[in-house]
Amino acid sequence: MTAIVKHRLFWPAVVLVLLLVSNVFFAPRFFTITLQDGHLYGSLIDVLRSATPLALVALGMTMVIATGGIDLSVGSVMAISGAVACLFIGDLSNQGSVGGVLLAVGLALVLALVAGLWNGVLVSVIGIQPIIATLILMVAGRGIAQLLTGGQIINVSSPPFRVIGAGYALAIPVSVIIVAVVVAAAVLLIRRSALGVLVEAVGASPTASRLAGIRARGLTIGAYVFAAVCAGIAGLIFSSNVASADSNAAGNLIELDAILAVVIGGTALTGGRFSIAGSVLGAVLISALDITTYTIGVPAETTLLFKAVVVVILCLSQSAAFRAAVFRRRRTPAVTPAAEVPA
Amino acid sequence: MLKKWSAAVLAGALAVGALAGCGGGDDAGSGDSGGGGGKITMGFSQVGAESGWRTANTKSIQESAATAGIDLKFSDAQGKQENQIKAIRSFIAQRVDVIAFSPVVESGWDTVLKEAKDANIPVILTDRSVDSQDKTLYKSFIGSDFVLEGKKAGEWLVKEYEGKPEPVNIVELQGSPGAAPANDRKAGFAEVIKADPKFKVIASQTGQFTRTDGKEVMEAFLKAHQDIDVLYAHNDDMGLGAIEAIEAAGKKPGTDIKIITVDAVKDGMTALAAGKINYIVECSPLLGPQLMDLAKKVKAGETVEQRVVTEETTFTQEQAKAALPDRKY
Repeated sequence: MTAIVKHRLFWPAVVLVLLLVSNVFFAPRFFTITLQDGHLYGSLIDVLRSATPLALVALGMTMVIATGGIDLSVGSVMAISGAVACLFIGDLSNQGSVGGVLLAVGLALVLALVAGLWNGVLVSVIGIQPIIATLILMVAGRGIAQLLTGGQIINVSSPPFRVIGAGYALAIPVSVIIVAVVVAAAVLLIRRSALGVLVEAVGASPTASRLAGIRARGLTIGAYVFAAVCAGIAGLIFSSNVASADSNAAGNLIELDAILAVVIGGTALTGGRFSIAGSVLGAVLISALDITTYTIGVPAETTLLFKAVVVVILCLSQSAAFRAAVFRRRRTPAVTPAAEVPA
Repeated sequence: MLKKWSAAVLAGALAVGALAGCGGGDDAGSGDSGGGGGKITMGFSQVGAESGWRTANTKSIQESAATAGIDLKFSDAQGKQENQIKAIRSFIAQRVDVIAFSPVVESGWDTVLKEAKDANIPVILTDRSVDSQDKTLYKSFIGSDFVLEGKKAGEWLVKEYEGKPEPVNIVELQGSPGAAPANDRKAGFAEVIKADPKFKVIASQTGQFTRTDGKEVMEAFLKAHQDIDVLYAHNDDMGLGAIEAIEAAGKKPGTDIKIITVDAVKDGMTALAAGKINYIVECSPLLGPQLMDLAKKVKAGETVEQRVVTEETTFTQEQAKAALPDRKY
């Protein structure tokens, strides 16, 4: 029992459950999941579906933060990827062709990869501070997306493209399946090999890891490329969901939500230790928070305040010092065993 | 290393600045001839090109200036107030006959407007207003009346449910919190429907004027409320997103849930013609011809109204089918 309570994801999980349960008082059918036209339908499905772009971005952000960096450009990469895919599909003679859509998806992901390379080279080869290096693409990338689309919202009517963000396979949303596959692949690749340890070493101390013979430069570039490709997939899901590319709105400020998700998940912003499961949980929590504000009818003007309060409660609950202070006041002192040093 | 790079970036920025300076110089040169003759010269500073609506607005102004024989000096502020202030100062230096602009934000215009007034150049605001206390700083403000748009939406709803005593459950998708169109469209709509207690707004949330948020919020509404009769969205895009949510819930947009939106951009009109939206209140970007008329009157010394409302209409499904082929934006 204490092992569960001590787990670093215990408190975020508690807040997530509390959030979800609080909805039932306002929408009694909140936990009901039904089959609608052959696919799962319900609020919990909405929470998962709307968490997908953020979960992917947070996954990529986790790896970048683990190397001691940060990537502000993920939102702009999302915008570029969506814009390129929709423009390409819009020019197809037959928008319904699966081959054409796959080509568009491939093109968008290759561009995302190039964006990641750019970030990685700026940070690890040229040596610019990550926050500044990725700020360049954050600003320029959205400009590029707007240039590509001429500032317009690009609409497509392509059934195969719609599948990515709004389709269902075996009654499950395809976007959720995509995220599950990417996360599983990342966990296998990073946690079942030495890669994760190497990344943590680079994040903890680039100099020491280099002296130990780790190719810090390559790993750092790899992390930025991974983050950008994740953002690229997120951009495809985002634009496919509404069958259009809106280069102003796509991924706007998502970098901050992603950083929040990563921090909720217990990854230190200073680099080193990271938790993929934690970041995904953080993304689901943020999405649940959004859906909750809509369901319980928080007035539009106070939505941000409501979110801020929940985040503050969450951060306080995660702080061992805060919990200790609260518990000490409630119980008589000296009964609690000496606090273990958090690993 | 870092120092070298910042030096390079700085040099680049200077070069760009110099180039931009050249461009500005060119403009000033050609502007000299415009002011003296009989032809009216107008300096226009646009917000940017952030949406289809805005692009259509720019095009309308450029085309109607050409038709009206007005020499237009067009400047794009790219969403930044400082660019707009610079543009207005350069218009003053060029001694144009009339300055028109769409303010990026509401506040902080007093100084530059005072400079224009001192130079005896009349100013016309388009589309958006400024919060200056001194109303003599500009001649006129031409743009949509967002409250009126909300009222028109409400009036259609009242007429649609005339003679039916059952309660009508309405959900509302608001624009970005604090934006004038969102506040005013909400207020106008509420004012009209409050006359009859059968109309009830059961949920109202912001959809940020975007499709994605419109869809997400509507999904949550559909689960929280089983009995939605009407959706009122503050713009077409949120309505289009909501349509997808309604369809995914196995309901028919336009039939099971009646939809009213504001804007009448091409995508919205297409959905209206297809029967997925029931009614659209137009918010027209095509204010060019009215602006040129105003400019001529101001130049001729005639007194003009301080507030001119853009000529706008409303569309039913039938009207949308007729209007759709010529829809420009």
